[in-house]
Amino acid sequence: MPVTDVKHDLDSRTLTITAEFAAPAERIWQVYADPRQLEKVWGPPTYPATVVEHNLTPGGRVNYFMTSPEGEKFAGYWKVTAVDEPRTFSFEDGFADQDFNPNPDMPVATNVYTFTEQDGRTRATYVATYDTAEGLQKVLEMGVVEGARAALNQIDELVAA
Amino acid sequence: MTEIDEERADALFHALADRTRRDIMRRVLAGEHSVSALAAKYDMSFAAVQKHVAVLEKAGLLSKRRNGREQLASGDVTVVRSVASMLTELEQVWRGRIARIDELIAFDTATHPDQED
Repeated sequence: MPVTDVKHDLDSRTLTITAEFAAPAERIWQVYADPRQLEKVWGPPTYPATVVEHNLTPGGRVNYFMTSPEGEKFAGYWKVTAVDEPRTFSFEDGFADQDFNPNPDMPVATNVYTFTEQDGRTRATYVATYDTAEGLQKVLEMGVVEGARAALNQIDELVAA
Repeated sequence: MTEIDEERADALFHALADRTRRDIMRRVLAGEHSVSALAAKYDMSFAAVQKHVAVLEKAGLLSKRRNGREQLASGDVTVVRSVASMLTELEQVWRGRIARIDELIAFDTATHPDQED
């Protein structure tokens, strides 16, 4: 497993995950810089992501939607705030309407992704912070369809085994 | 786990320990369904489906509201979640993404062994 560390900070509602990949930082950067690669990793196979706008520069936007097995589309966006290729980038991510206008009723998370290369390998640190516990809950309500579906399928597999 | 957590877990696992109820959950998590629309999906009586819906409701997995003569059910698995459990759920989403990145980069070494990125 490439995940090497996970930290939950309950007081600041921050999730920090560290992973190590067997590739240089430039390669990991490409995953985020290339919309076709980003959509391969952003959504799970049951909720594939489609990136329709992609501008990984400060002030730029990344707009995407995820499609449910029933064909329902859930739109989201990144508002890119800082970029230092291939070391780090920061963005706010939130939910949007079908025209990619940010949904002001939904919480926004602040994300900082950092890539450190050593001996041809990359340590990636992902930090996401939510302003309020309520915001965190709302995000999961949106993501819960995906999460619960996966969990339910796992139960199905478990009982079928 | 506290006693209340244990009881909640019991209710949750009992509710999900049935194929039809898991199938109902998938449908109501994707969107609101009337109980009669749900009943039409299964080869069983309306009363039997209504009973399944009641078990899920009791476990806090779905909530019902009335609209005229219809009962509308929607998935609600956010019941009193702690920040800790929410962060854990979020962690799972991220672990999925990280695993997919790992697969993606493993795929380029496998297909272009001597190509530098």
